[in-house]
Amino acid sequence: MTADDKNNQQESVPTKREEIRTPGRVLVPAVDIFESIECLTLTADMPGVAKSGLEIDLEKGVLTINGIVESVERGRPILREFTSANYYRQFKLPDLLDGDKSFAELRNGVLTLTIPKSEVAKPKRIEIRSK
Amino acid sequence: MARWDLFQEMDMLRREMDQAFRGLGRGHTTSFLPGLSVGGYPHINLSEDEYNYYIEALVPGIDADAIDLNVMQRNLSLSGERKESEDKDYTWHRHERGTGKFMRTIDLTSNIDTTKVSAECKNGVLHITLTKADIEKPKKISLHSS
Repeated sequence: MTADDKNNQQESVPTKREEIRTPGRVLVPAVDIFESIECLTLTADMPGVAKSGLEIDLEKGVLTINGIVESVERGRPILREFTSANYYRQFKLPDLLDGDKSFAELRNGVLTLTIPKSEVAKPKRIEIRSK
Repeated sequence: MARWDLFQEMDMLRREMDQAFRGLGRGHTTSFLPGLSVGGYPHINLSEDEYNYYIEALVPGIDADAIDLNVMQRNLSLSGERKESEDKDYTWHRHERGTGKFMRTIDLTSNIDTTKVSAECKNGVLHITLTKADIEKPKKISLHSS
């Protein structure tokens, strides 16, 4: 690439390189993940997210959580300890979960996602036959 | 021969910086860790205009009636508790969310009218509006000529 080309690239509309960056800032929500015999449960703290702004995707073993925060700025800021940005996080989930039967609840800004395990994954008692 | 591309270098640097800042703290937003530090949580945003103070506090997982809000002439305090879920037979994979009691006092620079406070808890965010007391009106001073 010559010097001229470099200059041109700088002035042009954002190229493919610019798209790598996610638009705006993004917050990573704190989560709890725990497992019982029946299912896997994920709870995420996403204060400021309403049901209409929440998207949950489970595709090819990857769970994506996207929460849009609507904020209203009032007055001049004196103290800011948190920023208003959307929540985003991805997880790789083990294969032995039944994504079709999962259900989610959003209450007081906390998402509780319950994913049942597929039958194959549940622990089974194996009978030992004595000879 | 590999050419050194300035923009590619800057891209890589930017991506590395993003990664570095993302890992700052704990790699995730510690938006609410009650029980961990006294007066540290909930995180708040405080702003004002001519007539009011506005406070937003992050209280995910807390019902409106579980928060104690006390207002005095020049400060207010927020307290409450986030309880742990009942102990069942769980295997924990990740435990980033906090539980416990929180208590925080916020000092203000002007007096407020304690009878005119409104608070609403929505989606885990507590919105408080405090009306400032007796906004000083400029007094007209008449001049005498001697």
